[in-house]
Amino acid sequence: MSVIKAEGVTFVYGQGTPFQKTALDDVSFEMREGEFVGLIGHTGSGKSTLVQLLNGLLRPTKGKILIDGNDIWQNPKKIRQVRFKVGLVFQYPEYQLFEETVAKDIAFGPKNMGLPEDEVEKRVQKAARFVGLREELMEASPFELSGGEKRRAAIAGVIAMDPDVLILDEPTAGLDPLGRDALLDQIVSYHKVRRNTVLLVSHTMEDIARIADRIIVMSKGKNVLFDDTRKVFSQGEELEKIGLQVPQITKIMMMLRKNGFPVDSSVLSVEQGFQEIISCLSSD
Amino acid sequence: MVRDITLGQYLPGSSFVHRMDARSKILLLTASVVFIFLCFHFASLLIMTGFTFLVLLGTRISLMKYLKSLRGVLLVIVVTGLFQIFYGSGEPLFEWYFLKVTMNGLVSAAFIVVRISILMMISATLTYTTSPTDLTDALEWLMKPLKLVRVPVNDIAMMMTIALRFIPVLLEETDKIMNAQKARGADMESGNLFKRIKALVPVLIPLFVSAFRRAGDLATAMECRCYDSGAVRTRMKVMRFGWRDLCALLICLTVYAAVLCCGRWLPSVF
Repeated sequence: MSVIKAEGVTFVYGQGTPFQKTALDDVSFEMREGEFVGLIGHTGSGKSTLVQLLNGLLRPTKGKILIDGNDIWQNPKKIRQVRFKVGLVFQYPEYQLFEETVAKDIAFGPKNMGLPEDEVEKRVQKAARFVGLREELMEASPFELSGGEKRRAAIAGVIAMDPDVLILDEPTAGLDPLGRDALLDQIVSYHKVRRNTVLLVSHTMEDIARIADRIIVMSKGKNVLFDDTRKVFSQGEELEKIGLQVPQITKIMMMLRKNGFPVDSSVLSVEQGFQEIISCLSSD
Repeated sequence: MVRDITLGQYLPGSSFVHRMDARSKILLLTASVVFIFLCFHFASLLIMTGFTFLVLLGTRISLMKYLKSLRGVLLVIVVTGLFQIFYGSGEPLFEWYFLKVTMNGLVSAAFIVVRISILMMISATLTYTTSPTDLTDALEWLMKPLKLVRVPVNDIAMMMTIALRFIPVLLEETDKIMNAQKARGADMESGNLFKRIKALVPVLIPLFVSAFRRAGDLATAMECRCYDSGAVRTRMKVMRFGWRDLCALLICLTVYAAVLCCGRWLPSVF
């Protein structure tokens, strides 16, 4: 069952002006319930435009976005309901914090949904736990937090709306390696508990390879590939043609294969690669 | 969207007026405005009107654009015109209760309407044909004499330049923050005035925070490059008084002389 579906979506910025630019060109795909999808693509490939179309911040010039089979722009007055269903975490979301305390800021979304006070409170606590914010930080001003904590607070603000589809636009950009891994692990475990659909935009192929079930590859406003993670990364040459790379371990395996070692080149993690090389060497 | 707001009124082009030095444009414009108010005769007003249209043609910008610029002050023009009609002195042409219309009133109303109109249009040529950066550079040069009385001209010019430079940046930032809050269900399009003002808080606070952060970063970056407002700097774009400016000056002087002659030899219409 597809939760969210794009049908021939085209988006043109500044239509009718000299600055007219087609950001998306006839993009179609669908995401299934409970799926973890990765979205990769070069800067300017239309990723950010696409995620804003999916939650109704932008309206397609042509084509449709369907949620549970209904066109989201059928009734433009109800577009806010769509935004509660499809939660979008922007790049560098910490710049949107504004409340006096972290708890109040996380509560902004659920409050806009018109939920009763105690339900809001419950959701705030739950969301804070999902992203690993310590209890004592909840009453602090969001501006006193460290960079990583701010990021977590901002992500919690969207998770607290309990969306059916969660979209994260480069949630780990600008974090140190440790913070990056920790945040990704939390997103994965959130997905495991909540079992909703997650779309993760990232530049880091290793991360995507590790956690995504399927991958959408965007290039110049089109979705050139949409397939299982393994299959996408096995097309290393295709990816390199559009300026993207496969995870480093996949690349090593491909080079080994080229040089006559009969290894499986579609491995995605170092452990898998290690196993593959060992078994290849021992079979000789 | 916020981004659609046009910045200033600059319309890029390469006409005669566009390519004049911004300093001469400012000075000649100021002088012309003074002379518009020195017209007390039909002949001299006609000369100034003709001169204004000559300048407008010299910018190669469509006249419609200038007429549209009058729309904003239409009310002012109409109201002052009406007042002039009824406040004239001399024999009334006709009376209606306490309102008296005199020949003198009609003439001065016509004068004031024409004056304000050509004043607005000729002023518009400056902002239409000069980029904001050129304008600040020119203002900095013109304010130089103020240095003698210890006005920090360099600092003021720097502040103006930075402010202009950051308007598009902040607009883009506003757009981003608005989208982020909308994604959290912020409702900015409906509700009464009070509700809408309240809805702006989640946008304004992050915007101020980021503006201060940017200001701090910029200050550090300038400090790192040893910025000193008192230092003597050369310019990438050197302002030059060229042949166009000389031509414009000669034309203006001829027009001004003609206006003065009218004042000397013709009887005033008032």
